[in-house]
Amino acid sequence: MNETGLSRFWADFAQNRVAVVALAVVALVMATALAAPLIAPQNPYDLATLQLSDARRPPGHVSALTGLHYWLGTDAQGRDLLSAILYGLRISVMIGAAAGAIAFALGATLGAFAAYVGGRTEALLMRVIDLQLSFPAILLALVLAAVLGQGKAQLVTALVTAQYAYFARTAHGAAKAERNKEYVEAALSTPLPAWRVVFRHILPNAMPPLIVVATVQIANAIALEATLSFLGLGLPVSEPSLGMLIANGFQYMLSGRYWISIYPGVALIVLIVAINIVGDQIRDQLNPRLQR
Amino acid sequence: MSAPLLEVRDLRTEFRTRAGALRAVDGVSFSVGQGEIVGLVGESGSGKSVTGFSILGLIEPPGRIAAGSIRLEGRELVGLSHRALRGVRGRRVAMVFQDPAATLNPLLTIGRQMRLALSAHQALGAEAARARCLAALRQVGIPDPEARLDSYPHQFSGGMRQRVCIAIALINEPRLIVCDEPTTALDVSIQAQILSEMRKLVRETGVSLIWISHDLAVVSALADRVMVMYAGRIVERGPTRETLRAPRHPYTAGLLASLPAAIPPGAPLSQIAGSPPSLIDAPPGCAFAPRCPRAAEPCRAEPPWSEDGARAARCHFPLEAGAP
Amino acid sequence: MTELLRVARVDKTFAAPPRFGDGLLRLIGRAPRRAALRAVSDVSLDMTRGEALGLVGESGCGKSTLGRVIAGVHPQSAGRVLLDGAPVTDAAGMKTTTRVQMVFQDPFASLDPRMRVGDGLAEGPLAHGLTTRAGARDYVGAWLDAVNLPREAAGRYPHQFSGGQRQRIAIARALAMQPDLIVCDEPVASLDVSIQAQIINLFLDLRRRLGLTMIFISHDLSVVRHVCDRIAIMYLGRIVELGPGAEIFAQPRHPYTRALIDSAPRLALDDATAVFRPIEGELPSPLNPPSGCAFHQRCPRAQARCRGERPEMRTIEAGREVACHDPL
Repeated sequence: MNETGLSRFWADFAQNRVAVVALAVVALVMATALAAPLIAPQNPYDLATLQLSDARRPPGHVSALTGLHYWLGTDAQGRDLLSAILYGLRISVMIGAAAGAIAFALGATLGAFAAYVGGRTEALLMRVIDLQLSFPAILLALVLAAVLGQGKAQLVTALVTAQYAYFARTAHGAAKAERNKEYVEAALSTPLPAWRVVFRHILPNAMPPLIVVATVQIANAIALEATLSFLGLGLPVSEPSLGMLIANGFQYMLSGRYWISIYPGVALIVLIVAINIVGDQIRDQLNPRLQR
Repeated sequence: MSAPLLEVRDLRTEFRTRAGALRAVDGVSFSVGQGEIVGLVGESGSGKSVTGFSILGLIEPPGRIAAGSIRLEGRELVGLSHRALRGVRGRRVAMVFQDPAATLNPLLTIGRQMRLALSAHQALGAEAARARCLAALRQVGIPDPEARLDSYPHQFSGGMRQRVCIAIALINEPRLIVCDEPTTALDVSIQAQILSEMRKLVRETGVSLIWISHDLAVVSALADRVMVMYAGRIVERGPTRETLRAPRHPYTAGLLASLPAAIPPGAPLSQIAGSPPSLIDAPPGCAFAPRCPRAAEPCRAEPPWSEDGARAARCHFPLEAGAP
Repeated sequence: MTELLRVARVDKTFAAPPRFGDGLLRLIGRAPRRAALRAVSDVSLDMTRGEALGLVGESGCGKSTLGRVIAGVHPQSAGRVLLDGAPVTDAAGMKTTTRVQMVFQDPFASLDPRMRVGDGLAEGPLAHGLTTRAGARDYVGAWLDAVNLPREAAGRYPHQFSGGQRQRIAIARALAMQPDLIVCDEPVASLDVSIQAQIINLFLDLRRRLGLTMIFISHDLSVVRHVCDRIAIMYLGRIVELGPGAEIFAQPRHPYTRALIDSAPRLALDDATAVFRPIEGELPSPLNPPSGCAFHQRCPRAQARCRGERPEMRTIEAGREVACHDPL
C-alpha cells in the first residue's frame, strides 16, 4: 500500500470512534506490557521484594513495611497485582504475537503455495487442513501442551499448530482468486521463478483478508494461552501469565477476595475485546462490498 | 407537433467524491420521439450511462440529480418519490444493461422472473400472464419459448440471456427502453442478430429506444438520430448518417478518423492526443479544447450551439459542411 | 525470410479440476467421468521473422488459449511449439525461454497493483540477467521512452495511470525482456476508441523500429486487418482459414469467414449499408462440439458430408489454406 492509500485508510478508520478508542487501548496495553519492567511498581518475580505479610491485601492498601501503594491489591504471595498484571500481560502479548506471527508466516506460505501449484498437491494439502479445522483449536492445543510440557517455546508450538490452519485456509482462498488474474499470467509468461511469483506477487495481494484473520487470531492466541495457563498446562509457575493469575485467585473468590482473579480477568477481556473491535473495523474497510 | 415522448432539459447529475463534486452529466438536453431510436455515443466517463440511469431514476447516493427536468409523456420524473418512480420504472420506461448475467437472478427460472416483472405493475391471471411472457419471448426471437420458460439463466447462452433481458424489459409494454451497451459483451455474429431483432421490434411495436454505446459502427447502422457526448455534455447531435458523414464537432470528426477501417492497412491511424479531462472542478469553456486541433483563445469560454436544421454542434469553430 | 515459430498439431485440453472424492471413486473401480474442455484442437501454423499474424474468432474459439500456449503460459496437451527450433516449455510444462512475451487484454488486471511500475518492469530483466541492479534504472527508463511514457512513471503505481498508459506499461514490460515474438491478447479491446488508435499506432511503430514478430489476437476484424499481414480465422478450437489479410478480406474462402466479415458492424454512412447480416444460430459449446465440420449447423452451404466428415486444412492456392469441403 502506498502513502496515499495508507492515509486514506486511516481517514476511514478514524470515522469509527469506537475503533479508534479500541486501537488506543490496544496500543496502550501493548506499550505498558512491553515496558512493564520500567513502569511496574514492583518486580513480581523477584521473591526478595515480596512481603508475605502483605498477602491478599485489598485494592488501595498501602504497605506498612515498604510504603508501596497496592492500587489493585495483592495476591496470596503478597505480590502487587498491578505489577503482576503488567508482567502477565507482557508474557501473554509476547506469546500471542509470536504464535500469531509464526502461524501467519507458516499458514500463508502453505496456503498460497497450494493455490499456486494446484492439482493434486493442492487438493491433498487443503483436505489435511480442512480435517484439522474440523477439530476445536482448544482441544488440539490442550493435547499438544500436555505432550510437549511447559515452557514458552512449547506453548508457542502448541498455539501455532492449533492456529496455522486458519491462515492457510484464508491465504488459499485469497491466493486462488489472485492466481487467475492476468498479472500472475504475466509473471508466468516472463517467466519468473515460482517463489518470486508467490512471495512478491500473489501473497502481497492476498494480504487484506490475512490481516483481518491475523488480528482475530492474535486475540485468540492470547485467550488460548490464558486458558492453557489457567488449566496449568501453559507456562511454569515462575512466569505467571494472566491465565495463571486468574487461576491462582480462583480459590479466594468465594472468600470475598475477588480482586486477585477479577482484575487480571478484566485486563484480559479488555485487551481481547479491543483487538477484536480493531479487527472488525479493518475487515469492514477491506471488504469492497461494504465500501461506499 | 405533438409533445415528444421523453424530454430532458438541462440535466445535471453529480457524484460526491473525496476530491469534490464529480459532474458526470453537465447540462444535457434532448428529446426522444415516438418509435425513434436515438444513439447516445461516447467514451468511458463521458456521462452516457449516467444519463441513462438518471432517466430511470437509478442514481443512488453519493450521486444525485442536481438540476434539470426529465419529462416522460409529459410527466416530470425528477423529484418523484421512490414509490412513484417504481410505478414508472419497468412500466413506462425500462432498461437493458450490458451484462445479462448480472441482471438475471440465477436462482429463478426466467418464466418466474418475467411473471415477477409483470405482477409488479399489472394484476393478470395465470393464463394471461403466461401468454404475455410467451409473446415477449417470441418478440425477441427466442425459439421454442414454451420450453424455455422453465429454464434457468445459466441454461442460456450469452446472446439468449440478453434476449431474455430485453423480453423482461418489454413485458409491461413500456414506451421507452434505455439500452446501455446491450451488445458490447456479445460476439459479433450474435450482436448482429440482436441488432436486427431490435430494429424489427421498434418497427412492430412503436417503442422508442435510447441506445447507449461506445461503438460508432453499431449506432451508425441502428439509430435514427445520434448524440455524441464528451465530458458530461452533448457536443453534437443530428440525424445519424448525415452527422457521421460530415461531422461538425472536431471530437466527432476525431473519433471517426481514428477508426482503423477509415484508412489503408498499416498506415498510422489518426489519433486524438491526450486523454479525457477530470470531471471534478472542470475549468469553464470547451472541455475538448486541450485535445482539439482547432482550439483557439475563444474556446476558454462556453461554446455556443451552432444549429443547422436538425443538426447542431457545440463548438466555437465547427467544421464546415463537406469538410473532412 | 527465416522461420521463427512453428506450431505443430497443438492440442490444449483443460481437465475438470480434481476433486477429493475422485481418488476414492477410482479405488472402488468407478472412475469419475468429467468432461474435459478441448479449447484448441490440432492447430498447426508457421511464422517467419518480422511477420504479424492475426488470430481472429468469436468467444470460445480458442484464440486466447492458443496465444497462451504459444507464449508458454499454459503448456500444450499435445503437439509442439518451437521457437527457432527449441521448445517453449520443458517436459514439466515450465516455460524455458524469455524470447516470447505476452501483452494481455486488461491493463487494469495485468499489472500487479502493489508494485511500482519501475520494479515491475525491472523484475523480469533482473531475474534473467538482461540488466544489473545498478543499470536497472536506465534500462527501465529506455523502455519507458520506447512506449512514449515519461521516465518518472517508474516511481508510481499502476492505479495512477489511465487505461491507455497502463497498456503502454504492459507493452514495455513485454519488450524489456527483448523478445523475438510478442503475443498480444486483445490489447486494445478494453480501451476507448480514441485511445485504441494511440495503442495501435504504437504497435505499428514498434514493429517497424524493432522488427518485432507479433501475434495479434482480436475479435475485431478491422483492427486485425490494420495491424497484421496474415490472418488465421478460428472456430471452436480450430483454424478454419489462414492466409494474407488483404486476400482474405477481399475474397474469403471459408463460409464462416465470409459470415464473420459480413456480420461485423461497420460504419454505415447511408441507408443502403445500414443493414445487419447476422449468422444464424448459436455458437456451439466447446464442451460438446458438433460432429464433422463444427460450423455445419450454421453454414448456408452445408451438405451431408459436412455433418459426418471433418474437413482438414488444405492449401487451395499459394499461401492460402482453408478447412472446408466446399470452399467459396
